[in-house]
Amino acid sequence: MFDFSIITQWIHSLLCTYMPEQLAIFLECVLIGVIILLAYAIIAIIMIYMERKVCAAFQCRLGPTRVGPYGTIQVFADVLKMLIKEIIEIRHADKFLYNLAPYIVIISSILAFSCLPISKGLEVLDFNVGIFFLMAASSIGVVGILLAGWSSNNKYSLIGAMRSGAQMISYELSVGLSLLTMVVLTDTMQLSEIVEQQADGWFIFKGHIPALIAFVIYLIAGNAEVNRGPFDLPEAESELTAGYHTEYSGMHFGFFYVAEFVNLFIISGIAATIFFGGWMPLHIAGLDGFNAVMDYIPGFVWFFGKAFFVVFLLMWIKWTFPRLRIDQILTLEWKYLVPIGLFNLLLMVIIVVFNLHF
Amino acid sequence: MDKINEIEAAALHDEMLRLKEEKHMDFLRSLTGVDWQENGLGVVYHLENSETQETITIKCVAPNREKPEIPTVSDIWKGADFNEREVYDFLGIVFIGHPDMRRLYLRDDWVGYPLKKDYDDSLNPLRMTNEETVDSTKYMEEQPDGSVIEKRQAIFDEDEYIINIGPQHPATHGVLRFRVALEGEIIKKLDVHCGYIHRGIEKMCESLTYQQTLALTDRLDYLGAHQNRHALCMCVEKAMGVEVSERVQYIRTIMDELQRIDSHLLFFSCLCMDLGALTAFLYGFRDREKILDIFEYTTGGRLIQNYNTIGGVQADIAPDFVEKVKSFLTYLRPMLKEYNDVFTGNIIAQQRMKGVGLLSKEDAISFGATGGTGRASGWACDVRKRHPYAMYDKVDFKQIVRTEGDSYARYLVRIDEIVESMRIIEQLIDNIPAGEYQQKMKPIIKVPEGIYYSAVEGSRGEFGVFLESHGEKYPYRLKFRSTGLPLVSAMETMSRGAKIADLIAIGGTVDYVVPDIDR
Repeated sequence: MFDFSIITQWIHSLLCTYMPEQLAIFLECVLIGVIILLAYAIIAIIMIYMERKVCAAFQCRLGPTRVGPYGTIQVFADVLKMLIKEIIEIRHADKFLYNLAPYIVIISSILAFSCLPISKGLEVLDFNVGIFFLMAASSIGVVGILLAGWSSNNKYSLIGAMRSGAQMISYELSVGLSLLTMVVLTDTMQLSEIVEQQADGWFIFKGHIPALIAFVIYLIAGNAEVNRGPFDLPEAESELTAGYHTEYSGMHFGFFYVAEFVNLFIISGIAATIFFGGWMPLHIAGLDGFNAVMDYIPGFVWFFGKAFFVVFLLMWIKWTFPRLRIDQILTLEWKYLVPIGLFNLLLMVIIVVFNLHF
Repeated sequence: MDKINEIEAAALHDEMLRLKEEKHMDFLRSLTGVDWQENGLGVVYHLENSETQETITIKCVAPNREKPEIPTVSDIWKGADFNEREVYDFLGIVFIGHPDMRRLYLRDDWVGYPLKKDYDDSLNPLRMTNEETVDSTKYMEEQPDGSVIEKRQAIFDEDEYIINIGPQHPATHGVLRFRVALEGEIIKKLDVHCGYIHRGIEKMCESLTYQQTLALTDRLDYLGAHQNRHALCMCVEKAMGVEVSERVQYIRTIMDELQRIDSHLLFFSCLCMDLGALTAFLYGFRDREKILDIFEYTTGGRLIQNYNTIGGVQADIAPDFVEKVKSFLTYLRPMLKEYNDVFTGNIIAQQRMKGVGLLSKEDAISFGATGGTGRASGWACDVRKRHPYAMYDKVDFKQIVRTEGDSYARYLVRIDEIVESMRIIEQLIDNIPAGEYQQKMKPIIKVPEGIYYSAVEGSRGEFGVFLESHGEKYPYRLKFRSTGLPLVSAMETMSRGAKIADLIAIGGTVDYVVPDIDR
């Protein structure tokens, strides 16, 4: 498997020959920041296009077809429109919080995005408490949403924000529990280590029953965490006319919009990393010829393939099911998912202690 | 012409109560205010016994034309509440004892009462300022000594959390405004403000010839265009004693049933969209396009059809009408199974709709909530069975009645009604007799003097036409008994204690169309 750290080492040594190390590190940080933002935007564009085409396929229609070949330029046109739209000032809104809210949401999204391991050596944030940091970073988004609803000075937005806050905080518990279940199996929280350990089989196969349960819980909870799918009551268009981001226009709304899609990608990316092996190809223990062939496919192709597969699953769910009501959402979480998650954690601990996994 | 009993204003309340208790007249079909000029201002009531279908027509004239007052019957039939507000709005008759005597459709600062024959239009120029929302109402209370005083009452308390749902809202199915007092997510009180699409159709009809009034009916409940026009044509034909040919009856019945399928498919789609299942929305619309194509080939229109006329229909059916309808029916049957797979059996949809928005049978009859809503509450209110017209007494179909009265029952009733409509069409489509498609009528139609009422089963309930004629070529008073007004007045009863999300589900399943309410 091609190791990207060769390239990063080469760049670092190249810069160090020309300038002191501090400056080199600073320049690298700036460069990586720019690359992350670019990657973020491009992933967002791909996600939005994919959503429109997938949604259209389910609804027996075509989706965008006119702007560019197969409608590919459509999303660029939409992004351009969003950028040049007027940002309308609300007279009685709390100006500082009102302007701050979209940035908090975007920052938490970018922080979580940086943790994803895309290929061998191609990671940005790789702490030894990677998963812990990931959960913490994605929780900051809740603050952004609550601020958006509060500072809009609009009763609808407030209702949407309260609903969203309750929902996101509840479902973080389930996400945390299912990730914790896998951490018990892997013994480490560092994301690159987790991927390395799946070289002889993905965790969803290695952990069999509890891993499968954890995966299902993670899908449901992750969906609710990013306000998508059957859990999109806070921004239900047909009820509250856009909920917490009703009063935002132009690029501020663009931030919320883009953050929602990339959050979906991040959730899928984490699922792909932890359950399906991230950039690790499909290896079947014992079939060395097969494994060698699989190794030829680059790591990032594996990673994006798996992530987009999970994204497709989540989109399928969103466009099929109606919405749950807020009390049904919270009931599902506290009365069903958390007890099952806790029991599952116990099951995984038993399996690890008695070495019953593959 | 129906027999009319006249009752004095002073004895009205007791007499109505006696009729309800003893003769079991529990369905107030229609409450119409009329201005009889020298003979005074008054109200015509149409009552019906929900079990034996016996009907009684009652007329009551207010004693004083300058200060008209009539006792209220809103404590006897809940549906009279909004109807009496409408009469107050249009004619100025004050109902003593009515708890909420506000205007229903017009602005609160409107001067005068439009439907009076001596109304001066210049009193109400186009106002450039918005109407302030006042959350208090007045009511007239009768004192022990017989005099009447006006008292004010607040609708909402000062520290209640009130939000507006509408008038521009994706889920209110039209421009309807609800002011909702919330406690967290729970609705404590709901106040309906109608009138955003009020176009004064009834006033306009008083200066149009009978043929001209037909054009306005399509624009009431636009998803029941054929049925509305059918009602008006039936009323005028009955009054004049005109018999239409059997071919016309067949065509009218088939068109009515196709319109009903069209309306129920739209109901299904919009309900799914309101609840978030956007895929089902597009499936329903895709199938509805086929009906609209069939309509367009014969009538020229997709939404506004302009098809029925007095004495027949506008033009004969298209040559391929029969085959198109038959192929559509074979196409739709498996599609209904697809809808049931995608939406009806879904646990989320069931949890959103079961037990939500209960309407008991007594309440449904008292409000006059006909149509799918009434049938889901256990009241067999189908006009096609109660007072059959056109070909309905000669075809075999079931009236779908459920007893639970919640949103899920209302939804299932309409899905089953699509199947029944298809059965009716199948029985008729192959046997359309030859004949004329329109009777020869005189160019100027004058209806004999009298008061007439006839009703059809519209897509959403009983759509009635009240016609009073004084023998001229214009109607003296033409009122449309709206299918949606009782449904909207029942919204408050159904949504008390529900959550906001439930209000959307209730509004979607009750299936009102706002232009029908506001006229």
